[in-house]
Amino acid sequence: MDHPSFVHHAVLLSLALFGLGTLGVFLRRNVITVLMSIELMLNGANLAFVAFSRAAGTLDGQVLVFFVMVVAAAEAAVGLAIVIALHRHKDTLDIDAFNVMKG
Amino acid sequence: MDQVLFYAAAALALVSALVVIGQKNPIYSAFGLIVTLCSLSVIFGLLGSPFIAALQVIVYAGAIMVLFLFVLMLLNVRSEQDAPGRGGRTLGAIAVALVALLVAQAGAVLVRAEPGPAPAFDASTQRMAEILFSPQFLYVFEATSILILAALVGAIALAKKDF
Repeated sequence: MDHPSFVHHAVLLSLALFGLGTLGVFLRRNVITVLMSIELMLNGANLAFVAFSRAAGTLDGQVLVFFVMVVAAAEAAVGLAIVIALHRHKDTLDIDAFNVMKG
Repeated sequence: MDQVLFYAAAALALVSALVVIGQKNPIYSAFGLIVTLCSLSVIFGLLGSPFIAALQVIVYAGAIMVLFLFVLMLLNVRSEQDAPGRGGRTLGAIAVALVALLVAQAGAVLVRAEPGPAPAFDASTQRMAEILFSPQFLYVFEATSILILAALVGAIALAKKDF
């Protein structure tokens, strides 16, 4: 059904996606883009889970992907709610504007 | 045929991931991320995981990205200004160097690894359900439903007007 090198190249792709997501977290200044970069990193991890699950022939990795997706959905909901609250507070989404813990 | 599809999807995922982190306008980033998620779903399908592929489209590209786009529209986000980046160029250079080091190290290990023949594999939705609802994962599964409920209440409490 699938080629043996698929697993190998999928893991390389997951590495590239994780690296790009990390770069996005460091380099972007918009809070929402930073959140999207975190989603990119999570997807890189998911792809590695699926590829290794395929290589090992067990389904445990896929169950983990399921839980990662649940946590990502919760994270996105809470994260975006925090972004809305921050925007209401400071009227900007520049990550440099949010540098004090005091409300 | 499978190979063409796999490498096309992988290339599309990489290019659109570059769009996500390269665009100044977050709306374009969001659309790039949707393309990345959909091409990853193709790759999941080719790796023999139809259940995860469907979840990827429904949960990620459907629910989560709609949430992102909704917030982008709600807040009427403009593009990032061309002011000097945060922490100046030094922090950016350090970040790029660290990520390049990580990718180079892990990539070097992976390139040397020999791809072996993949064992037989049944990841149908039925098998996934049998494992998810087996005693091993049942309580974790129930705990995630509490997590989702907590996130729901937390999101509403955070986004309320008189916070």
